[in-house]
Amino acid sequence: MAKVLIWRLARMVATLFVVTFLTFSMTALLPGDPINAILGTDSVRDPAVEQRIRDDLGLDDPFLVRYVNWLGDAMQGDLGESYINAGQDVAQTIQDRVPVTAQLAVMAIGIALIAALPLGILGAYREGKWQDTSSSAFVQVALSVPNFVVGIFLIWLFSVQLGWLPASNWRRFSDGIWGNMKTAILPATALAANQMAIFSRLVRSDMIATLRENYVLSAKAKGLSDGYILRRHALRPSSLSVATVVGINFGALLGGTVVIETLFAIPGLGFRLINAINQRDILVIQGIVVFVAVVYVVINTLVDLLYSVLDPRIRRS
Amino acid sequence: MSTTANDPAARMAERLSSPIPASASNDESKKPGFWTTFKSMPLLVKLSFIWLVLIFGGAIYAKLDVSLFDGALPLQDPNLQTNNFNPATGAFGDGEPIEAPSGMHWLGTDAIARDTFSRVLHGAWVSLIVAMTAAACGIFIGGFVGSLVGFVRGRTETIAMATLDVILAFPALILLLALVSIFKVRDLFLISAVIGFLSIPTYTRVARAGSLAISQREFVAAARAIGTKPRQILFREVIPNVMPTVLAYAMVQAAFVIVVEGTLSFLGLSVQLPQSSWGNMINQARRDIKITEGFYQVLWPSIALTVTVLSLNQVGDWFQRRRAVRSAAL
Repeated sequence: MAKVLIWRLARMVATLFVVTFLTFSMTALLPGDPINAILGTDSVRDPAVEQRIRDDLGLDDPFLVRYVNWLGDAMQGDLGESYINAGQDVAQTIQDRVPVTAQLAVMAIGIALIAALPLGILGAYREGKWQDTSSSAFVQVALSVPNFVVGIFLIWLFSVQLGWLPASNWRRFSDGIWGNMKTAILPATALAANQMAIFSRLVRSDMIATLRENYVLSAKAKGLSDGYILRRHALRPSSLSVATVVGINFGALLGGTVVIETLFAIPGLGFRLINAINQRDILVIQGIVVFVAVVYVVINTLVDLLYSVLDPRIRRS
Repeated sequence: MSTTANDPAARMAERLSSPIPASASNDESKKPGFWTTFKSMPLLVKLSFIWLVLIFGGAIYAKLDVSLFDGALPLQDPNLQTNNFNPATGAFGDGEPIEAPSGMHWLGTDAIARDTFSRVLHGAWVSLIVAMTAAACGIFIGGFVGSLVGFVRGRTETIAMATLDVILAFPALILLLALVSIFKVRDLFLISAVIGFLSIPTYTRVARAGSLAISQREFVAAARAIGTKPRQILFREVIPNVMPTVLAYAMVQAAFVIVVEGTLSFLGLSVQLPQSSWGNMINQARRDIKITEGFYQVLWPSIALTVTVLSLNQVGDWFQRRRAVRSAAL
């Protein structure tokens, strides 16, 4: 186990190096002087500012030196300052926005699981019957609808038609749970739709396999009720692959938050990223991309490790 | 039970007594014709297929109308604001912004009185091109590299797969946004190229998995045993058997790519206005969602996008299932 752990961590560190290097070289790959990219070609320049940026970023140093310096700073939580939104600290911006995005992602996974488990179990329990067919059809559609389309229709139904929930004006968690939930429930549901479909397909197929096991038969022979068998005997062994996919899909979810945050005007990481892209605020783009990629790599490693803890067969191979 | 068809023993006897069905086995390896394939589809897959033909046929028609026939074909100009002053007639156009569907405008008009039906078809062109480019990059580059490394193994494989793992270490949409943000001018060509490039890793994985399995098979071992050159084995034995799997995957991947392009357009980071794409139509129309007719304008491109993605998934899944059955029989 220790060997697996060390090997996996070493791989993670290597990946992190490459990922940070690639993201950092993005600024170097930009055609022309990085100063143009940072300040924008059309803005009026102050030569003093230009020189300050040059010194700050060490633009006169060779590329590799710049990368090492930048990485050293980044590891100490210094991702530089935005020059477009003067003086805005990139790391601070990220820190302010992470809780929002994290809340959305966690809520989305929660909603997806809550909806997927009964759907998947129903499909497996009534395999081939109309309940299975209709839940599968529903899942197929949920899998194909892009999340921003789901979001717009949720807004149309719950904000425009019914007027129950707001379509924007995000409330922070610290401003009160009720207000926060009212603004968070629609975007989280929109994010959850695709995940729900993926999860419930997995639960269904795993559950079908589990229900064919002998111990389920013997539980039936003992006269236990179907509901009890499904909940107590079959659910746990059927949820292993869902547990893994939850981790793997976290990255897709981080991508999804970009569009959902834009749609609902939620001040999270994704919304900030889109703003930065529109303003061509390179340092903010770079900071957010590095941050998200690092989180993604770390989560994937953790999921891998967790999986080998859960399933001894993988540990050995 | 009198018919031979239902009696396994009789069938077996018939098979044994008949001469070696050389032509029959040839027929099996030959691709079934289009009609045979189409007729063997379940109803839902058939409908999906018909939808795909209609929407992408419409896209090609719309493109031809603009590029080759200079708007002479019966389809409205996607960018004409129908309420504008028309110098030729000396009067204002009779169009209205945000109209309900009518005989004149089949899907109504958008916020600046452009014909939505035409814009949906032109938007389909964007989806079609992005999907085709991604499929082409994936099949030709990813399919080839995957087949190759699955066949030769060794260090080449390690290096290739490690490179791909780096690309896959980023969340796909974030990497796409980062790449797209580098460029100031975004047109269909650029967007297709970037999405095509990012499609290569997953195709390579699919092809490699197929190639690993095929390379273990007896006919490859047999080819090796009789001294066939590795290159010939790769091109004659491995790649032809890996490709059907890759092609079936291409359908499902195309669905994913269309959603990705839709997301980019929705964020305003794909093709630039006034060129229409389903994503940017949805984004523009969502401002008028409070008006009933405005809601329709969100509805049409959303339906086009969702039904197309659903159809590609249906057809792709069907091909994959069929492929799985066939390769088991191979």
